[in-house]
Amino acid sequence: MERTGQPGEMLRAEELVYEYHRYDEEGRETEATRAVDNVSLHVEKGEFVAILGHNGSGKSTLAKHINAILTPTGGTVWVGGKDTGKEENLWEIRQSAGMVFQNPDNQIIGTVVEEDVGFGPENMGVPTKEIWERVEESLKAVDMLKYRHHSPNKLSGGQKQRVAIAGVVAMHPQCIVLDEPTAMLDPNGRREVIRAVRALNQVEEITVILITHYMEEVIHADRVFVMDSGRVVMEGTPREIFSRVEELKSYRLDVPQATLLAWELKKAGVNLPDGILSREELVEALCQLS
Amino acid sequence: MSIKLEQVNYVYSPDTAYEIHALKNVSLEIGDGQFIGLIGHTGSGKSTLVQHLNGLMKATSGHIYFHGEDIYAPGYDMRKLRSRVGLVFQYPEHQLFEVDVLSDVCFGPKNQGLSKEEAQERAKAALRMAGLSEKFYRQSPFELSGGQKRRAAIAGVLAMEPEVLILDEPTAGLDPRGRDEILDQIQKLHREKGITIVLVSHSMEDVAKYVERIIVMNQGEVMYHDTPREVFRHYRELEAVGLAAPEVTYLMHALKEKGFRVDADATTVEEARDTILAALGKGNP
Amino acid sequence: MIRDITLGQYYPADSILHKLDPRVKLVTTLVFLTALFLVSSWWGYLAATLFLAWVIRLSKVPFKFMIRGLKAIIMILMITVVFNLFLTPGERVLVQFWKLQITDTGLRTAAFMAVRLIYLIIGSSVMTLTTTPNDLTDGMERLLSPLKKLRVPVHEISMMMSIALRFIPILMEETDKIMKAQMARGADFEHGNLMQKARNLVPLLVPLFISAFQRAHDLAMAMEARCYRGGEGRTKMKPLAYQRRDYAAYGAAVCFLAVIIAVRVVV
Repeated sequence: MERTGQPGEMLRAEELVYEYHRYDEEGRETEATRAVDNVSLHVEKGEFVAILGHNGSGKSTLAKHINAILTPTGGTVWVGGKDTGKEENLWEIRQSAGMVFQNPDNQIIGTVVEEDVGFGPENMGVPTKEIWERVEESLKAVDMLKYRHHSPNKLSGGQKQRVAIAGVVAMHPQCIVLDEPTAMLDPNGRREVIRAVRALNQVEEITVILITHYMEEVIHADRVFVMDSGRVVMEGTPREIFSRVEELKSYRLDVPQATLLAWELKKAGVNLPDGILSREELVEALCQLS
Repeated sequence: MSIKLEQVNYVYSPDTAYEIHALKNVSLEIGDGQFIGLIGHTGSGKSTLVQHLNGLMKATSGHIYFHGEDIYAPGYDMRKLRSRVGLVFQYPEHQLFEVDVLSDVCFGPKNQGLSKEEAQERAKAALRMAGLSEKFYRQSPFELSGGQKRRAAIAGVLAMEPEVLILDEPTAGLDPRGRDEILDQIQKLHREKGITIVLVSHSMEDVAKYVERIIVMNQGEVMYHDTPREVFRHYRELEAVGLAAPEVTYLMHALKEKGFRVDADATTVEEARDTILAALGKGNP
Repeated sequence: MIRDITLGQYYPADSILHKLDPRVKLVTTLVFLTALFLVSSWWGYLAATLFLAWVIRLSKVPFKFMIRGLKAIIMILMITVVFNLFLTPGERVLVQFWKLQITDTGLRTAAFMAVRLIYLIIGSSVMTLTTTPNDLTDGMERLLSPLKKLRVPVHEISMMMSIALRFIPILMEETDKIMKAQMARGADFEHGNLMQKARNLVPLLVPLFISAFQRAHDLAMAMEARCYRGGEGRTKMKPLAYQRRDYAAYGAAVCFLAVIIAVRVVV
């Protein structure tokens, strides 16, 4: 299937299927697991999209398709109009859709911060002088410039993740996919990383696809997808998603405390609007009642 | 009193450029059967503190008593202490090594010198307590899901039948349901077996929901040691040291400022719901 | 403990040694190590000591970091000294008890060997402390690049080395953590005979290997995601180009070698 990318389109998946196969010693197939099951979705350029789901819901497998680390066993994925299943598109796709992973220690290659940020541009064959410019601007974008000469081992988790993000930004991608970037961080580290990601989206206008199971992190997304057993089961704005508390709970997820409290109050008969996202909204809604 | 610390100090790499005073004159008591939350930002000394409680680290100065006995006294059996004060490290699934789950959980009891049969009995009981069903006993621990691995690893410590169980961020990296399941299981252990629990956590919401008392560490010192309501009343001071209170606490304070007659010390969603309903004149459901 | 191994531990500082081209440092270190084996008299050692002291001063790295690497080889050092001390035959016997004897030659050889080993370690430590592992592997890659014609995968080897160096401290920390976690389950790493001790290591080594493989897998994926595809078509952020100071350093190394050879010939 060939397809010319529409001007505003960053990512499109159509009937995407990914199956893992297991074989016994004689090479017979013993087990096939559908990690991604018939997923169709699209993301516009400049959007901030969040993908939610419990561990094992298929969200990480989906993410790896966007960077062509995995290619579909069924259906098609286009990144910037390019089919990820085609070998010749591989490097262009990896450059235009950068990827940040969960474990900060296992994705930093350089022994000095700035060398690590330069790794991607080096691989792309960017001229030396421009690498230095890119490294500097990327470290500035995640507010890590003053650590450029540090060893990654001496940084906090949040700082390491920001270095990893800078490493992707230096490749000048159109889109960044973050696969549970905060799962191993403490609350302060989590805040740092989310702040950096939002800035990239708003200031640099990079498309962001954030995969997470922390509900507080998706409040600022333009759209949220919820995944369960390989399928997209919910889709909408954060407000729409968070007004369906019971449904989220059935997918092993929860909602921010303010949303949960509003939902509990509503259940007890208090007349509150649906999908309250923050404590400020809840306070205001309660004020209007009395 | 099951554990008592007196003026405990610990210094990393003393007399070098990297010297860090990780614990400063820490004195505290942890009573039998308590459920304690230990909070503090990364580097506050909480991990160092918990490793002192079972003798894995030795204080530079000060005393630690377990059931009134000085654990630094000559001849004190440290290995026995470690089985009575169980410590579950962060990401404990990284310590799994045996061919199947049951053998792995047997490692602790075997080290205690129990026979194979006794060890297996203990292991099975521990796996039940950790909520891992029998069908996993003969599976390789490496084939389990993240949440199941975590349970197997916790069972590995429970099998030693500790009187005190310390868990260093037992829910790190788990999804919301996985987190609730593990914490509920821990609460059950506390209620049914009367095990003293020390829960190290970054989540103020979890701490508020489960624990009876909170110890707040900051820069190697004990900043607060009180009930959640009392501790979170100091939410401004907590913020100043890089911590926070549960979301609900902020909400209640904001409502109080707007003139609602709510109990500003509510720390859980349930408490908050009840006091808001009361303030709205809807009564307690 | 294990963390005391400083080999491969960069010490950031602003010194001329830090700024030197890694190729120069590699070659000079090689020259220094070779020279040590040419030394056969106290005069030669004096020259080596002066040279080493001068270089250490230039490096601005605190001296205690230099000797930290020695802790790792203290056993080898002791064994070497003891063997040389007691087993070297010589003309004059200084001390004798039971079947063991210390001769003048033995004493001399033992002392020479000890100094040589210590200088070997300090000499290489100077290089690793002033050069980031990446620079080091870059230098090695460039020095060995003629071998590419012989189909030696020079780039891959140097990439492997630089990754190994980055992960050494991480794996050290991990070892520490797993050890403690098993000790909390009653494991004993200290007591027992050699066989028992070896068996007791299983609960440490299995998790360590699994974690290392997991990290390797993650890292390979992260590298691919960042468009890594071998050395072909790669540019360098820090390309190597000789400066005037690099030629000066080569000069200093040649002078040193000349002095050592002269001393050997003359004395």
